[in-house]
Amino acid sequence: MALSIRHLLGLENVPKEDIQLILDTTPSFLEVLNRPIKKVPTLQGTTIVNLFFESSTRTRVSFELAERRLSADVVNFAASTSSVNKGETLLDTARNIEAMKVDMVVMRHSVPGAPHFLSRMCTSSFINAGDGAHEHPTQALLDMYSIRQKTGALEGLNVCIIGDIAHSRVARSNIFGLKTMGANVAVCGPPSLLPHEVESLGVRVFTNLDEALHFSDVINVLRIQLERKAGAAFPSLREYRETFGITWRRLEGLSNPPLVLHPGPLNREVEISSDVADGPASIILDQVTNGVAVRMAILYLLGTRKESDS
Amino acid sequence: MKIIETIADELGFARTISRLAHEILERNKTLENVVLIGIRTRGEYIARRLAAYLEEVEDVTVPLGVLDVTMYRDDVRGHLKQPLPHTTEISFDIDGKTVILVDDVLYTGRTARAALDALADLGRPACVQLAILVDRGHRQLPIRADFTGKSVTTLEHEEICVLVKEIDERDAILLVETPDHQQPGKD
Repeated sequence: MALSIRHLLGLENVPKEDIQLILDTTPSFLEVLNRPIKKVPTLQGTTIVNLFFESSTRTRVSFELAERRLSADVVNFAASTSSVNKGETLLDTARNIEAMKVDMVVMRHSVPGAPHFLSRMCTSSFINAGDGAHEHPTQALLDMYSIRQKTGALEGLNVCIIGDIAHSRVARSNIFGLKTMGANVAVCGPPSLLPHEVESLGVRVFTNLDEALHFSDVINVLRIQLERKAGAAFPSLREYRETFGITWRRLEGLSNPPLVLHPGPLNREVEISSDVADGPASIILDQVTNGVAVRMAILYLLGTRKESDS
Repeated sequence: MKIIETIADELGFARTISRLAHEILERNKTLENVVLIGIRTRGEYIARRLAAYLEEVEDVTVPLGVLDVTMYRDDVRGHLKQPLPHTTEISFDIDGKTVILVDDVLYTGRTARAALDALADLGRPACVQLAILVDRGHRQLPIRADFTGKSVTTLEHEEICVLVKEIDERDAILLVETPDHQQPGKD
């Protein structure tokens, strides 16, 4: 049993067996993170470049920790300090890095499809760490792992993604992955933040939060991305909070309050209130811990994969 | 799977376990400080049998752990098939303990080496001993077993196949022909 994919570019069209394998391999790496010595020699001699054309703190740190805990050699590349500023094309940047003999590339870029393009032009194995509003597969995998850790299974679970669906790569990857694993997926948000024809992805659509909460075993609360001008889609943050903000007052009346996820960083008292984020239903910090383990599993499965496995 | 010879049937298997247990008892005057750690996959079950036998004969409960060495192997990328890591489950502190590593077959010695590295990341045992159900020779590293259930002379293209009830429905030790010469043997 090995992954059928050579790159992890997105979860759209990734077979169930591959997702299952990643989720099933994760506990072994989670166990490593709970040891006094949190490092194993597994990827010794493997060189991994973190190619970040868009700023990121937690995803980059999570990847870097995962890489170092597997003993890989890590090179960090941030667009702000590179020759991208001197006018080099994306392909030239990637080819130059590859000429330095790297094995894997973890990449974030603001343009959807950028890692897909490079993966076709280069020989390294690529992992998409976010491409525009397209996909963020490792976030969705860590969300799915965190849910499964609490509920035992994804099949048949009602999961609702709440907030700015239109600008969210996390939402897209979660929709693809969760549906492949047999969950019932819904989205909820103001119509101005729902993509056109979002139903075509096979999800239920709620514009009323209380109806969505009633439906859900699990809610994944997305960040209002003020830097992506999401704020222009509704009159005020206060109104958003009143209509779509997750507060304990809203959850406590439910017979079965849902598990609460949030990919971070939190806008406290906007999309989620502190009494929920820090409350018993929240698994937000589990997501962060699991994120390192899931990424270790992905790096291991892609980094030690043989062509003869597929 | 072509069986060349049955080295041990169910009864022979049980006798080999008891021989191993007695070797362990002879070397370690008291089992007070002793812990058993089985190497996944089949080492786990051999360790369980040893623990059960020691409990029955000596009336002591020896702590039992399971070690997965996949992440420590030196041949993760050399294998034709990608090995998948499983979980290490050791719920006790190994510092200052006499750790008896248990595996089904000792072959190249690479698994034992990986297990020593894995143990070093978990703590600092007072000493480590190696208990092996079957030693088939062909070592590639300077490693030897402290306790050996059976020594079997084998050819390179042969394999020792240890079956345990828990996963294989019966207990047995078989000498078989390696199904595919390209495949790395058990070690």
